[in-house]
Formats: sequence, structure tokens, C-alpha cells
Amino acid sequence: MKLHEYQAKGVFADAGIPTPDSKLASDVDGVVDAAEEIGYPVAVKAQVQVGGRGKAGGIKLVEDADEARDAADSILGMDLKGYHVDRVLVEEAVDFVNELYVGITMDRGEGKPVAMVSTKGGVNIEEVAEEDPDAIAREHIDPSFGMHPYQARKAVYDAGVDQSVARDVSSVLTTLYQLWDDKDGADAEINPLMVTADDEVIAADAVMNIDEDALFRQPELAEMEEEAAGGDELEQKADEYGFDYVRLDGNVGIIGNGAGLVMTTLDLVDYYGGEPANFLDVGGGAKAARIANALDMVFSDDNVDSVVFNIFGGITRGDEVARGINEALEQFDEIPKPVVVRLAGTNWEEGMEILNEDLVTVEQTLEDAVQRAVEYAGEVNDQ
Amino acid sequence: MSVLVDDDTRVVVQGITGGEGKFHAEQMMEYGTDVVAGAVPGKGGQEVSGVPVYDTVHEAVDEENADTSVIFVPPAFAGDAVFESLDSGLDLAVAITEGIPTQDMARVNKRLSETDTRLIGPNCPGLITPGEAKLGILPGNIFAEGNVGLVSRSGTLTYQVVDSLTNRGIGQTTAIGIGGDPIIGTDFVDALELFEDDPDTDAIVMCGEIGGEDEEEAAAFIDDYVDTPVAGFIAGRTAPPGKRMGHAGAIVSGSGTGTAESKISALNDAGVPVGDTPEEVADHIEEFLA
Repeated sequence: MKLHEYQAKGVFADAGIPTPDSKLASDVDGVVDAAEEIGYPVAVKAQVQVGGRGKAGGIKLVEDADEARDAADSILGMDLKGYHVDRVLVEEAVDFVNELYVGITMDRGEGKPVAMVSTKGGVNIEEVAEEDPDAIAREHIDPSFGMHPYQARKAVYDAGVDQSVARDVSSVLTTLYQLWDDKDGADAEINPLMVTADDEVIAADAVMNIDEDALFRQPELAEMEEEAAGGDELEQKADEYGFDYVRLDGNVGIIGNGAGLVMTTLDLVDYYGGEPANFLDVGGGAKAARIANALDMVFSDDNVDSVVFNIFGGITRGDEVARGINEALEQFDEIPKPVVVRLAGTNWEEGMEILNEDLVTVEQTLEDAVQRAVEYAGEVNDQ
Repeated sequence: MSVLVDDDTRVVVQGITGGEGKFHAEQMMEYGTDVVAGAVPGKGGQEVSGVPVYDTVHEAVDEENADTSVIFVPPAFAGDAVFESLDSGLDLAVAITEGIPTQDMARVNKRLSETDTRLIGPNCPGLITPGEAKLGILPGNIFAEGNVGLVSRSGTLTYQVVDSLTNRGIGQTTAIGIGGDPIIGTDFVDALELFEDDPDTDAIVMCGEIGGEDEEEAAAFIDDYVDTPVAGFIAGRTAPPGKRMGHAGAIVSGSGTGTAESKISALNDAGVPVGDTPEEVADHIEEFLA
């Protein structure tokens, strides 16, 4: 779960990390009022969960009320890489002399958190990591002890941060680790951490990703989740149903159980010349109603021309899956899109007896099922 | 022979009074696994399906000589349950639970390095030595006794590949689902080493997926150490960068590492053929064994 910039900044500011003066606004007058209150110049920043907002026209620096009105007009309501902008953050424009990067993430290879500091802030840090890995100082943290103060200092000095601000940057890094640890962060980043002419440091952006599996013990953040959600309509629907779902560009809808098997089904669709429309994992032990919801999900994607169901039961039972498919399809006078079903594993034989074969095409193997679905999708496109 | 689990394995099921714990304890026993105890705080003295329940894993070890735990504890308490297993001096702990917070697993990972217990999982289907014992939730009937070792990050993909093997009359020594989470106990390298050292394993299947660099590390290890022929499969070739595909680990960073291509080419460079489909993996194994 990714927090919006304004939410992450709120969390950071509460913990004592310096952030610019800012206000959230959702209409043009609100933007102008906020700007007047903060004092020009201000930045008007779209609050959507995509990178590269500046380049896409989602961030504008304004000097007076007219410019603020124009910026608000153009940003509010805009479509930014598929996301509708309905809120902006109006923020004091900081005069800086330097931009740094600080971040905490989990190094999965080491199985430990890692703190990172770089003097190459304000740019795409992934590119820095690739082109000039030595420009990022890294310090692994023992999760049972937390970050020692010397580790923060070491990372800061290793990165070559100027002595005049090293203490403050170390303090920001220590606070950031504490937050990451307390809030079950996946990633916590400040890029850029601006350094002013007076040697002050200010978090000009804020990124906070929370481990979804830990939201049960982060009630305050879980409340923010509803606000943070948004974006693709189908992905929102998948959230409501509780599916692991990713929308893709193709026209073959895919439903299966287990992430690895669903990914494999996608790969086979591609291998046999088709294009996957989505990844949808119903998870383990899905009952009939959940299977029906999955079909509803995939049918509501206009790009889908055919659907392939690939179930290999372990915990999941073939008879439950068959009941769910019948339930979902029997409500239609005419099946909207051809559905191919492949059932294997636990109770597959019972499933095959229950499945209404007037409504679906049954195939015995994964390969045959995928090829048939690709064929159907192709036929629709040829019409 | 087999690795990690055989008919001498004595299992304590943590969470045996829960729905999943009870169901799968019964399934394991039906398969022939020696389930000697359950461990559930506050439920000591009860019995589940004829198995005595203790309040702590320590008691199960003292009273029933349990040497292996299988953990069906809800995610909020599962990290603690793994710690309890490690502290009880078990040989093996198998964590089935899905959704354990990553930071809890980072602490478990630290503790693991200080104990002699081996951890499988979390978020895994478990492991099975066909004909002897199964630990976890794998459907026993698709497996067959034989000479192929299998290690996989994904449960249902394991079933798919095993099905292809068994249908051709190719059985397995042991199949291990190591789990798809970012931080797990036993990884590919550990499992490959066990299979390499097992005289009865004549070929190995390794099923990976996008995300992380475990497959690349495994490829380097195979190149250096493994003489047993290995065939691979990598799920997620068509996954777009930056999206999480179900498994927490299955996300491609977009910086070139962790992609299906980098994994496949690392494996190919180590002499490991990678199938485009599960059937092709079985083809390779058939050739190795011919």
C-alpha cells in the first residue's frame, strides 16, 4: 500500500522530519487560498500514485494568484497516466542549493533492512543505482537491534554529504528508519531531501510504502488506505473482491489459483500467440461465490474476448469451482464471452460432473485450454 | 532415499485446533506422516483426531520427541510461532502461513542464523517424500515415488509440473515448495545442495519466477557445484515491470535484474535447459533419465 505524498509528508512531519509548509486543495479557489496563506512562490502538485508527475505536467511552480489559478485549472481534473487528479498539494517552494537522497528498504537478498544515502538526489534513483552504484552509500541494519546512531553517520559520511549538514541528515535518516520500523514500511524514501543556503534540510518529497500484510497492526494507516486507493476502475473492483489482480493490454482473460500457476498461464497464452488481458489469482481454497466474482471481474473488462480458467486444486476444490462457474454463467441468456475451463487436482472429477458443459468449453490439459482460448480470442478479432 | 523428510519424521502441528491445522493434520496422517503432537497455547490436554495437544512446542518435544513442526498459525502470530520452533531445537520447521509481515520474517531470518533448525517457507505448500511422508498442504495423490528432486517457489506450479512428470511415469525423491515471499528460510541453493548430495536423486527440477535474484544465485551454484542434471522453469515472462503478481516476491524492479530473461539466461549459461511450458520441463527430465 502506497501512501499519497501528502499522507506520507504528514507521517514524516509528525515524527519530526522537516517538511515544507503545505495544504491540500481540491478546487481552484482552495488552491489560491492555500497559496496566499503559504506565500508565493508555491508548487502545485497532483496527488496521484504515479512517478514522473513533473514531466507529465502534474507539478507546476507558480508566482502569483493568476498563475495559481491557471495551474489549478490545468492540473485538477487532468488524467495523469490513467489516474484522475482530484486533489493537489499546494506547497511552499523551497530555495535549495543541494538535493540529497535518503531511503530505507528491505534488501530481500540479505533478508535485512538497508539504509541508503546519496548526494545524487532529485533524480531517478533507480538510474543512479544502475549507472553509478557507488554513488549510493548502503548500510545494512540488524532488525533485532535497529539502526545504531553510528550506522546513520557512517552512511551519511560514506555518501560524501557535507559536514555542515551531516548531523541533520543523520538525524533524518535515523527518524526515517524508526518510522519504517514502527509503521511496517516496505520502502520509505525522501527524494529530494533539499539543503538550503542556511544549511537546513527539508523533505521536498515523501514516499512511504506499507507492507500490506502488516496493515492489521497499523489501524491509522489502514484508514488512509481507502483514500490512497484509486486508479484503474477494474483494479478497484478487484480490491473490493479481494483478488490479486493486474490489468494488462491483451484480450485473453485469465483466472487461476496460485500466483505461480497464473503467471504460467499468462506465459502460455503469450507462447501460443495470444495476449493476456489480466492476471487474476483467486487464491487458495476459493468457494463458489468467489469463483463467480472472478468471472464477473473478467467479464467487466471490455478488452476481454475469451476467458481461460486454469485450476489445479490443492486446497481449492474442483466441485466448488464448477459450482461457481455455473452460478456465474447461468444468469446470462447468452454467454458474453467464450469460457474455456481446465480443472485438475483435488475433486476435479466431481467438478467435471457438476460443470454445465453447455456453457463452457472443457479441456483436459493446460496447453489445450490455453490454445483454445487464444483461438477464440483470435476469432473475435477477425470479425 | 530422500531429503529432509522421511518415514522417521515426527511432526508437531502448531495450530492444530484451527480449521486448516486440523484438516491438514488429518490429511498428513492419512498419507502416512507420523503426526505425534499438536501445539496450541491454552489447548494443552485436548486431543485432535487422536493426536495429543500441548500448550507449547517445548512440551511436544519433551513428551513426544517431535523433531519437525508444521505451522498453521494465523499471520499475526506466525512469526512468533516460528521463533518458538527455532527455540525448541527442532531439526525442521515448515511454515505454511501466507501473509506474515516482512519485518517479522527479517527478525526470524536473523534468529535462524543463530540456530540449527532449518526453516521451509513461509507461504509455501510444504514438502513431500512420496510414499513416506508429507508435511503441509500438497495433494498427495499426484506424487509418485521416484528419482527426481523438485524445488519450487510456487505451490500450484509445483502441482502442474509434478503432474506432467507423474503422468509419464517419472516419480520424485522429494518435492519442496520453498515459498514465494521475499524472505524465506531454505532457498534454491540450499535445496539444490541437498539434492546433489542425495544418491537417489538423478535429476532435479527447479521452478522459479520473476523477482529477486535467487534463481541467478542458484545458477551460479549449479555451475560450481551441481553435477546432477537440472531442468528449469521460470514463471512470469509476460509480467509487466513494477507490478506485483500475487507473490510478494514476484515483482520486477525494472532495472534488469529479477526479470524472467535474466533468470533464464543465467540458468542456460549454467547448462540448465529452461522449458517454455511445464510439458517441456518434463521432456528435458525424460531425456536426462533416458
